Amino acid sequence: MSRRQLELHIDFARCDGRGLCTELLPELLVRDDWGYPVGRGGRDVHVPERLSDAAQDAVDLCPLQALMLRRVTRA
Amino acid sequence: MTAMTLDPRQLGTGGLFAAGRPDLAAHEAAYGRRPSGWTRKELLAELDASGLTGRGGAGFPAWRKLAATGSGRAVVIANGAEGEPASRKDATLLREAPHLVLDGLVTVGEAVGASTLFLYATRDSLASVAQALAERRDRPKVKLVEAPEAFISGEASAVVNALETGVALPRDKALRLGTSGYEGRPTLLHNVETLAHLALVARFGASWFRSAGTAEDPGTRLYSLSGDVPTEWVVEAPGGATVRDVLRLGHAEPSSLAAVLVGGFHGAWVPAEAFDLPLTGRGLARYGATPGAGVLMGLARGRCGLESSAGIVRYLAESSARQCGPCMFGLPAMASVIERIAAGERTPWLASEAERLAGLVTGRGACRHPDGSAKFVHSTLAVFRDEVQAHLSGMCTAHRGWA
Repeated sequence: MSRRQLELHIDFARCDGRGLCTELLPELLVRDDWGYPVGRGGRDVHVPERLSDAAQDAVDLCPLQALMLRRVTRA
Repeated sequence: MTAMTLDPRQLGTGGLFAAGRPDLAAHEAAYGRRPSGWTRKELLAELDASGLTGRGGAGFPAWRKLAATGSGRAVVIANGAEGEPASRKDATLLREAPHLVLDGLVTVGEAVGASTLFLYATRDSLASVAQALAERRDRPKVKLVEAPEAFISGEASAVVNALETGVALPRDKALRLGTSGYEGRPTLLHNVETLAHLALVARFGASWFRSAGTAEDPGTRLYSLSGDVPTEWVVEAPGGATVRDVLRLGHAEPSSLAAVLVGGFHGAWVPAEAFDLPLTGRGLARYGATPGAGVLMGLARGRCGLESSAGIVRYLAESSARQCGPCMFGLPAMASVIERIAAGERTPWLASEAERLAGLVTGRGACRHPDGSAKFVHSTLAVFRDEVQAHLSGMCTAHRGWA
């Protein structure tokens, strides 16, 4: 069974560790020793539906446009 | 298809260098002319049956990349950039058998209907390829692009970036190369050794390829031997060969070594007691090692594994492209911790700190450099576990205490 999931992709080549996303999505992201976002799954973080609006805010407000929200199919 | 001038069964091991000389006459005397006219479907089936896997490091089945390459104005890239300081095989192949690589590139280019062929390699390698191109009857249009001598310059997204912009840095991958690579076109990127094998599969067929090696690891592979060995060698060994077999082929004495780093700086250590295991992902699963790009680096008995490893982690930290924070900051932090252990600092939590940092950087780069570096650190801490404990209590068995 495969299902569609919402996923937050972090482009670490763009990310500068400003930390806005970790404030908007504390349920999903914490900051590492240097202030960069850490989430389960490395650069592709699964987003539960109830957090989709907050995730969209994080994408829209990231000053470096380092976040992307997408639907993926997971096995 | 043209007739073969040499019984392919005679090629077997050593097949990639059977021509003996890099010129076209020697190449055609050994292998015959390049068979043309392979369609994508036919080549895909033959590659699938052959079991050929990529020789650049990741080890994907060659047919799968071909299948994943979309149609349209496709681009094929032969990747001969060896970022690994201990790797010599691609340079050796391009110097001694450039026509085999070009045959593979042109064959796969025809099969996907490519409009552009690239060969990306360091300056020295390009010189022999240019010479080979000048002698070719089929006059393939191959664009030669110089790769900088840098660790990450051969990473797939860095290669595409280098061809587009001249900057060999990895980039974030939202789309697959097969769909949208060079200038947004479907792109097929193979290591040069993979293409050389492909050229032989296209000539002699899948079952010939399988006449060497094992069912799990068919054909042959090139290994670059370095480190504490009498001479640096590039050897061609059948798939499924053990670590000991390959060391012996390269005239290195296995009993003189405490461990071998398999797969390069992003690889894993394999200790002496495991030298009789086959050099395959399954054979070396316990150590998390795979043949990768075929690097075998020896560590002599009596040498400190932690000291050697610390040097490698520092090198990896300095090889960061400094684009991704976790890699730019995490790798130097990781290197410092390993260096402190190697230097004999008696701080018990250093080993778990190294593990934590390795876990922290994994999966958090545009490319797999942080992941590969973390994997090497995990391997160092596991294989030299006793040595780590000795160091943390102020002892180095290699140095018989601290001088």
